[in-house]
Amino acid sequence: MGELMIGLYVFVLATLAGRELITKVPPTLHTPLMSGANAISGIAIVGAIVVTARADGTMQTVLGVAAIAMATINVIGGFLVTDRMLSMFRKR
Amino acid sequence: MNFAALVEPIYLLSAILFVVGLKRLQSPATARAGNGLAALAMLLAIVATFADQEILPWTGILIGIVLGGSIGGIAARFVEMTSMPQLVGIFNAFGGGASALVAVAEFVASPAVGLSTPGITIMIGTLIGGVTFSGSFIAFAKLQELMTGNPIILPGQNLLSALLLLSVLTLGAATLGVFGEGDPLILFYAFCGLSLLLGILLVIPIGGADMPVVISLLNSYSGLAASAAGFVIGNMVLIISGALVGAAGLILTQLMCKGMNRSLANVAFGGFGGSASVDRADIGQRPVRSADAEGAAAELGYVNSVVVVPGYGLAVAQAQHELRKVGDLLEDRGVDVRYAIHPVAGRMPGHMNVLLAEADVSYDKLYDLDEINDDFVNTDAVLIVGANDVVNPAARDPDSVITGMPILDVDRARRVIVMKRSLSPGFAGIDNDLFYLENTLMFFGDAKASMSDLVREIRELA
Repeated sequence: MGELMIGLYVFVLATLAGRELITKVPPTLHTPLMSGANAISGIAIVGAIVVTARADGTMQTVLGVAAIAMATINVIGGFLVTDRMLSMFRKR
Repeated sequence: MNFAALVEPIYLLSAILFVVGLKRLQSPATARAGNGLAALAMLLAIVATFADQEILPWTGILIGIVLGGSIGGIAARFVEMTSMPQLVGIFNAFGGGASALVAVAEFVASPAVGLSTPGITIMIGTLIGGVTFSGSFIAFAKLQELMTGNPIILPGQNLLSALLLLSVLTLGAATLGVFGEGDPLILFYAFCGLSLLLGILLVIPIGGADMPVVISLLNSYSGLAASAAGFVIGNMVLIISGALVGAAGLILTQLMCKGMNRSLANVAFGGFGGSASVDRADIGQRPVRSADAEGAAAELGYVNSVVVVPGYGLAVAQAQHELRKVGDLLEDRGVDVRYAIHPVAGRMPGHMNVLLAEADVSYDKLYDLDEINDDFVNTDAVLIVGANDVVNPAARDPDSVITGMPILDVDRARRVIVMKRSLSPGFAGIDNDLFYLENTLMFFGDAKASMSDLVREIRELA
């Protein structure tokens, strides 16, 4: 089985797992869910580091560093703002 | 020591922690810890990536991380809770943009990739990432009011989008050499440009109140873009976490569509809102009963149960803290106070819940539509703050433009107080029959000022 097929299996199963997990998130947490999901989509930082490390020209380095910066905004900003929001959800 | 053997196990651990972290988001009590676990998963994935590379150009990596980290950190620290929709919008843009750039960099490294698995995954990654980037930017600009929040409909909009999509696909095939010779780099840059244009064209026709759907959908795309980047560089943790985000966004998209009783296609291509088919001439011409702060205080302060219905107007007026004071004062008088949240209240899923949490309203007093709708019959008074279409009984009328939309059945309560600036229609562009009912009192004014007056008047009640 080729790498593409393995990737597709993983993609489909992860989507199904995500569906099961997220259907059970209550509406009151939908905004933190979204900003948290935002932070997780910053996982592109892994790809950004890989292409920066592999770069053999200025163009690729610039693209890679720009990708790292954008992904880091998502990662740092996303997790912090989600934490800030969730710290406000209190039961009195 | 050889770190290479540890890389894949750490990636696997990271993927597990993402799943466990999301699982903890199922309850407000564990959600904060869940977010922390997801952040730990991210850190592990980054560390594993560092360990996996033979050479690391630290200067570039540090520039990117410091720059992105400061922007993200400052934005996260100082953003107003009312502005969460635009923050999520712009973060979606950066997520999509980062994934697109990964694919672009891979293409630039080998422009002669041709019609192959890597070639196709690069094109898909660039397209999804590019559409997410530009589309989210437009959503951000609309929410931040840098451009009009109303739908912008070009002549032949849907045909234009369809033609553009066709051109993008053709250019993509040409870039991979399907139609013979051509400079792949030039074709590829044209492909990138059209992908960005497509994102813009898909979001500009969508109006303000449909934003919860669009933000959710773009959230889903940013996950799919990350997955696509995972296929491009052959990394499972990207594929997995991207898929989780994609699923989350898709579920929220479906919930938001259900909350408006409209299909995704209708939201995307319907050009809803301010529709010309509705006769606007007689809107707001019928007589209403109105009340001032003193009257409203008396209606709320001497009863047993009050349900508050917040809408986007609450966020616009930043009146959540005053609203909480009203709630506290009523509770001190022995009134049972609850909050009813419509699925599409505000500009993103859960927008109202976050505002009320910020104002320190206990989350167990927040009820969603299904939980509270049967209780309105036994409710003494309903206080509506800045909500309109979601409480319009016309949704039960088979001939209305909002027919079948799930609404909060506030008109079944004994008394309804509507806090609103004027009788102007909501996003659907139709009159709200609720305003003219016998048990309804209109309390005109700015939500924040009215709410402050209400606090004062409730304090003066015997």
